[in-house]
Amino acid sequence: MHKEIVIRVCMGPGGIAAGGKEVLGSFREHLLKAGIFAKLKEKCSSHQVGCLGLCARDVLVEVHINRNKTVYQYVKPDMVERIVSEHISGGKPVEEWLADDTFKTFYGKQMKIVLADCGKVDPEDINSYIYSGGYEPTREVLTSWIPDDVIDEIKTSGLRGRGGAGFPTGLKWELARRSKSEIKYIICNADEGDPGAFMDRAVIEGNPHSVIEGMIIGAFAIGSNKGYVYIRAEYPLAVERLKIALKQAYERRFLGKNIFNTSFSFDIDIKLGAGAFVCGEETALIASIEGQRGMPRPKPPFPISKGLWQRPTVINNVETLANIPYIIRKGAGWYSSFGTEKSKGTKVFALTGKIRNTGLIEVPMGISLREIIYEIGGGIEGGKALKAVQTGGPSGGCIPASMLDLNVDYESLAKAGSIVGSGGMIVLDEDNCMVNMAKYFIQFTQAESCGKCVPCRVGTKRLLEILERITKGQGRDGDIERLERLCNGVKNTSLCGLGQTAPNPILSTIRYFREEYETHIRDKKCPAKVCKDLLIYSIIEEKCKGCGTCMKACPSGAITGDKKKPHKIDPNKCIRCGACFDVCKFKSVGRD
Amino acid sequence: MNDILLNIIEKYRKKNGNIIFLLQETQEALGYIPKQAIDLFSEELNIAPSRIYGVATFYSQFRLKPTGKNIIVACCGTACHVKGAEKIINGLRKGLELAEDEDTTPDGEFTLEEIACLGTCSFAPVVLVNSAVYGKANINALLKKIGSKRKKSA
Ligand SMILES: Cc1cc2nc3c(=O)[nH]c(=O)nc-3n(C[C@H](O)[C@H](O)[C@H](O)COP(=O)(O)O)c2cc1C
Ligand code: FES
Repeated sequence: MHKEIVIRVCMGPGGIAAGGKEVLGSFREHLLKAGIFAKLKEKCSSHQVGCLGLCARDVLVEVHINRNKTVYQYVKPDMVERIVSEHISGGKPVEEWLADDTFKTFYGKQMKIVLADCGKVDPEDINSYIYSGGYEPTREVLTSWIPDDVIDEIKTSGLRGRGGAGFPTGLKWELARRSKSEIKYIICNADEGDPGAFMDRAVIEGNPHSVIEGMIIGAFAIGSNKGYVYIRAEYPLAVERLKIALKQAYERRFLGKNIFNTSFSFDIDIKLGAGAFVCGEETALIASIEGQRGMPRPKPPFPISKGLWQRPTVINNVETLANIPYIIRKGAGWYSSFGTEKSKGTKVFALTGKIRNTGLIEVPMGISLREIIYEIGGGIEGGKALKAVQTGGPSGGCIPASMLDLNVDYESLAKAGSIVGSGGMIVLDEDNCMVNMAKYFIQFTQAESCGKCVPCRVGTKRLLEILERITKGQGRDGDIERLERLCNGVKNTSLCGLGQTAPNPILSTIRYFREEYETHIRDKKCPAKVCKDLLIYSIIEEKCKGCGTCMKACPSGAITGDKKKPHKIDPNKCIRCGACFDVCKFKSVGRD
Repeated sequence: MNDILLNIIEKYRKKNGNIIFLLQETQEALGYIPKQAIDLFSEELNIAPSRIYGVATFYSQFRLKPTGKNIIVACCGTACHVKGAEKIINGLRKGLELAEDEDTTPDGEFTLEEIACLGTCSFAPVVLVNSAVYGKANINALLKKIGSKRKKSA
């Protein structure tokens, strides 16, 4: 009997970081050595696939034998030999390395549309995408639809932009279609600036053709013949795979002149971003493609009427575009059956932070935070208590643990003072300080502020100064009100989305964690023990064995004491680095 | 170096390029953007040096100083931040004995860069040493690794 063997090794961002390439190489070597390919005449292939989602367990390997799937977690190259000999040759899976039960709950509540083919198709082989039904939607649209059909279909699907603002995609396309111009552009925004999110990276690395297809269909709908992908230079693998995908699409003539023998022609170029968060903003992005400093300009005019080189331009996020071929393939009605009344379909989130199952998840809009954190995410790491969930990155806010039953959709999150954003979802536990988080984000936006408008340039700086003061124990009465006033000023008067949303992390943490701010300001204490300058280290005499480890670790010579006698910390010399706290095996260094 | 730069100018003219293109090509070829390059571009292409500097300093990708032999990139994105990136970065600065405002060691061996999210947040905190990914980074293990590199090249 022939055995059909397929081995899939995760080569998503997580898989590669954990050594996916080496694992794949090891499979090739051991399969060859075992003669599995040649001798047994089995059909066996091992290939790289995009992100399988559960990055925390990487390298993940799926072994399919006659379509029976077994999943291994934490695979290292030296484990491959045993998997090949015991499982693939011997037929008995290596029990102790199998992915456990949480693995099932991780996938159970998810609904995959954008990520459905990530992990199935080989991102570097267009055929693999075509076999799975790829480019069929493009063919159908180009050969038998008119542009208005496409716009209607996308409008009916209810798809809204996944780049942050949630603007209805069909409507955007319709407005651009109505803009009169010989030349129009479509730009894929792959700048992914939210520091702590990697959805777009995973989609481009895992299934680049879905994005290309979305661009072709969008270009056809608005009447454009030229597209750009603006992508971060910090994602070299995504750039590489995108280049390969474009080349293959040109070879198959899905791009170029007279696609599918129609009169429609379309070209795509890659533009590398040079590392500026503000370039995710549409008008700044356009300036950057034109080769200038990425400074935003006032809107209107909106890019749909005056964009790149003054021509009508549609800018869509990676995930938005990757949804398009699937909506065409399965129908707007199918798509809009997922989600809530105003937020349709699914959203990809990068679930990270203090959570057990970190990774990429795709869920129907409207799912509750509780389901995400406790069912998909498997709960908080190390049995700690959940404190808050940060969504929307530097433009978003923190949702406290008490609001876990909140639905995740555009409207509910906005009401709670945060945003869906591009999809970063960072779980914070009791050891995270909310004032520190607010400071972290404002530090980021302050550094990334382009400096064009005063409220953002000066306002973020002043906000940062106040927060720095508070975390250093120099907070003053009225600082919270001062922050709130300034936040509202910056929010209401900044030129672009960066400044308009930069105060959100501060406002939302004040809203839900006001007490924590007060403790910092009034008592000069950090309850989560994060703010360095507010901590006092001392040695608990009863517990100290006088081993001298802390004395050696102390970089400032603040610790003294005789051997086998309790040591002492000189508070005037202590620089509060916490080195003694970290090294003491007897937990005899106190921190308050 | 001049030949390389002239080549880039040639390419720029052919491709109808822009300043970002000039700078990206220069950095790709030389590892950084020397003053000499800016002067030459300015002269040959009749662009004010201030405009080129303006673009070069706007984007964090561009370096105006040469880097060390080994490049260490520490992620300071949100996921890494909540998992203690600050400790790692401070530890690296101390371990490498970097001066306050410097990011390259005096012996030219190491450059430490900070970046907001490498896109491997599941392994936070993340550090790259010459493009190799170190996930769930531990400062002591990292310093050992770096120390061994230093010895090898010494
Ligand atoms: C400061 C700032 C940064 C942004 N960064 C991104 C980004 O990294 N990726 C993205 O797709 N959209 C980003 N956006 C949103 C875009 O400006 C734009 O709304 C989006 O790309 C439109 O696509 P969509 O309608 O498909 O969401 C950013 C906006 C602002 C104000
Ligand atoms: S935040 Fe460090 S890799 Fe994303």
